[in-house]
Amino acid sequence: MSQHRVIVVGGGLAGLSASVRIAEAGLPVDLFSLVPVKRSHSVCAQGGINACNEVARQQGFSEYEHFDETIYGGDFLADQHPVLEMANWAPKIIDLLDRMGVPFNRTSEGNRDLRLFGGSLFKRTHFAGATTGQQLIYALDEQVRRYEAEGKVNKYEFWEFLGPIIHEGRAVGIVAQDMRTMQIRSFRADAVVMATGGCGLVYGKSTMSVMCTGAAAARCFRAGAWYGNPEMIQVHPTAIPGADKLRLMSESARGEGGRVWVPKKAKDPRDPKQIPESERWYFLEEKYPAYGNIVPRDIATREIFDVCVNMGLGVGGENQVYLDLTHRDPDYLTRKLGGILEIYEKFVGDDPRFTPMKIFPAVHYSMGGLWTTYTKGSYNPGTALPKHKSGSPAPLDAKVGLGMQLGAPNNSMTNIPGLYAFGEVNFAYHGANRLGANALLSCIFDGLFCGVSVFNYVKNEAPGKAPAEGLASGAFDESVSRETARMKSLVDSASAGASDPATNPYAIGKELGDEMTAACTVVRTETRVKQCLTKIAELKDRYAKVKLSDAAGWTNQSFSYARAVGDMLAVAEAIALGSLERRESRGAHYRSDYPDRNDAEFMKTSLAKHEAGKTTLEFVPIDASLVAPTARTYGKKDTKKPEMAAAAS
Amino acid sequence: MISTLAPTGTAPASGMTEASRRRAMAKANRVVTFRIKRCDGPGKASYWQDFKVTVPKNANVISCLQQIAANPVTADGKPSTPVVWDSGCLEEVCGACTMVINGKVRQSCSCLIDDYAPNEGDVMTLEPMSKFPVVRDLWVDRSRLFHNLKRVQAWVPIDGTYNLGAGPKETPASQATHYVLSTCMSCGCCLEACPQFNEIPDQGSKEANEAAWNSAFIGAHAISQARLFNAHETGKELKEERLDVLMGTGGVNDCGNAQNCVKVCPKHIPLTESIAVIGRQVTFHAIAKFFRG
Repeated sequence: MSQHRVIVVGGGLAGLSASVRIAEAGLPVDLFSLVPVKRSHSVCAQGGINACNEVARQQGFSEYEHFDETIYGGDFLADQHPVLEMANWAPKIIDLLDRMGVPFNRTSEGNRDLRLFGGSLFKRTHFAGATTGQQLIYALDEQVRRYEAEGKVNKYEFWEFLGPIIHEGRAVGIVAQDMRTMQIRSFRADAVVMATGGCGLVYGKSTMSVMCTGAAAARCFRAGAWYGNPEMIQVHPTAIPGADKLRLMSESARGEGGRVWVPKKAKDPRDPKQIPESERWYFLEEKYPAYGNIVPRDIATREIFDVCVNMGLGVGGENQVYLDLTHRDPDYLTRKLGGILEIYEKFVGDDPRFTPMKIFPAVHYSMGGLWTTYTKGSYNPGTALPKHKSGSPAPLDAKVGLGMQLGAPNNSMTNIPGLYAFGEVNFAYHGANRLGANALLSCIFDGLFCGVSVFNYVKNEAPGKAPAEGLASGAFDESVSRETARMKSLVDSASAGASDPATNPYAIGKELGDEMTAACTVVRTETRVKQCLTKIAELKDRYAKVKLSDAAGWTNQSFSYARAVGDMLAVAEAIALGSLERRESRGAHYRSDYPDRNDAEFMKTSLAKHEAGKTTLEFVPIDASLVAPTARTYGKKDTKKPEMAAAAS
Repeated sequence: MISTLAPTGTAPASGMTEASRRRAMAKANRVVTFRIKRCDGPGKASYWQDFKVTVPKNANVISCLQQIAANPVTADGKPSTPVVWDSGCLEEVCGACTMVINGKVRQSCSCLIDDYAPNEGDVMTLEPMSKFPVVRDLWVDRSRLFHNLKRVQAWVPIDGTYNLGAGPKETPASQATHYVLSTCMSCGCCLEACPQFNEIPDQGSKEANEAAWNSAFIGAHAISQARLFNAHETGKELKEERLDVLMGTGGVNDCGNAQNCVKVCPKHIPLTESIAVIGRQVTFHAIAKFFRG
């Protein structure tokens, strides 16, 4: 008896919550992951997860305000309905995680504790120490293991997704490879959920895990899926520089009182503890009196960049500023932030409870990703409301279905029927800048809310309602032969001629990362981005002749990496193209040659399409019918470079 | 304790720790030899290969392995292949990059070369964990470790994902205890160090492997997770079933009390305490079962 089934690619928070929801509804799930799912990149999330809660509510916060903050934080680039539904669902998600056993920090009465986070004046962030992502993914991993033991979820760990299989215009399966045996085979399914995270490795070093190459998304993109807002890449203000990666220093450090400063005197050689208050410049607090150190990430990043690069005030003359927690009680810090302070101490050697940390911005999150659609919910006011006044009563309640219609089969579906994108790889929700502690929320929301959509699509809409299992084998065999041929040509290169840095996949990957970091991060210009596109073209030419150093037919990691470099080049091109064509500044995308936001032309999604080997970009309107755009200032005051610094430089 | 950070009473006011002083002494751009135990695949013989790596300050094992991968030439100048290893987060929260470094099991991402090989010409040895079958080079197959979580049903049996309100309240003290147990990243250090936990060669099929694992010592990792879920208000529901497993062959009584597990745990989880707690629970469970008949 043939049966419908669903493939989920990626075992982070989005993939696991989707698996739980879909398996619970009664469809068997095949879950694919590059790593044992418990080791997915979601473990790196530190600070927490946002949701309206009873304390904040009684202080004047609401789900509506959470929605409004997210839209404003994202600089009015997100389609607004999905964001409203996510904010409305957030409290239910926290309750569910609580029932699953997540050890959320507690108040003395035993309630869930809360902390302050970027872009809000209310404590609305739930947390488990400073390893919230790890604790959330463990809870979901445990539930998936339970379903696995019951035979409802089948895991394929250490399997790499190579592409969707599209038959008569809809996704009917995937082609994948066992990373150990190198076997390539096809898998059939009636719907495919991509939950494959971000693309930080395109930038070489970032805060992301080694598997976050963006290759899975690129493989869908190259198969015809559209990519939305590729240029929207979040650079997190506070990370620890490292040789292999840039390690995140959570925003929760600032939420718990951490202060960012530099000595007013350039290259001040003194130990930071010896520098008196009057000779320190707390530039965020001075410029943003209301939000201070917890301004959104894009703003904090640009200010730090400006202070270090343009004013030359970085600590010791280098690109770094102090993140200072030493005024807080050390035991309090251990209780609330133990996990991240330990990371700093392990990798740098200093104890941040007693000495200010030295940090600098790093590529952190991809707001852009595979483009998806949705069905609007029942809340459709005639005219968009003005920006919500923080702490004032909400204009509407938090019912389910106001923002998105629960169960509509197209929620979070890409332009290819049956192919969904959940979590970070979904471009929705965060617009031009993600607020801290909204990522975990959007991942789980997609899995739980849109998981129902996948079920309904498979049961009611999948063409003919006949399981993919019964289709002729043509499309499946074809994809396997294509991938097998591609592998052969790459692996065979290992035995052809001498090695050459020009065709070394690691060298190409590194040059790509360096170029993208220089051209497409904090400050972008027409000239520099054009130069970057030329460089990408050069790297593509070199990649066409790429040469491996390992011909092994067993667990060949360098082959796998080399293949991913080709996909990273495709993502990089889309990012650069978006950075070039979006001739305005919005959220994370700052163009010094177009420093203002231009709503008339660019309050639109940039949509990258890949056809016949060529990437094009167009702008399509967004639905901003709920909240009218306003200037996004966070109450900035004009401030000058401190006098001492001016004198010293 | 949650953290390795020194107790506040004894921490130096400057914030400079012993580690930072040691690291300050290490020479920049010195050449370090990496002696790596390699293996081309299951059933193949292992062999050692040396690689010379120029090490900048603050480098870790991962960044050195990345250098080797980009240019795999041995110390005696022969072209080789990139060393294969498992990794993920690179900040010691995922557990993937565990290996045996200079004879001691640990994560390679948090292993700074300045701590281990501060001088020109120093040697570091890297070996795969010995208690799990090698896939290739430093990469081992730890499926058994995840299977053992299934043996003890390490989950909370919730009623499903519908909105049914909040979970049970919890005191901060109880949260602190549970949080530490819940930071276990299934890296396997405790099993590598345990004299009672031994490698089981591949039995040829998933079913045969699982049967072999089911009768062998389960190890501190899963015992500690059983403790975590037995203490949870809802997780308790499966307590008897967990104890049935831990009472039987390969259960808590196979622990030889070597106490190596707790010494190597990178997250400082009180594993011996967990073993003692489960030991007591198993005893009471056995007595209760005896009287119930």
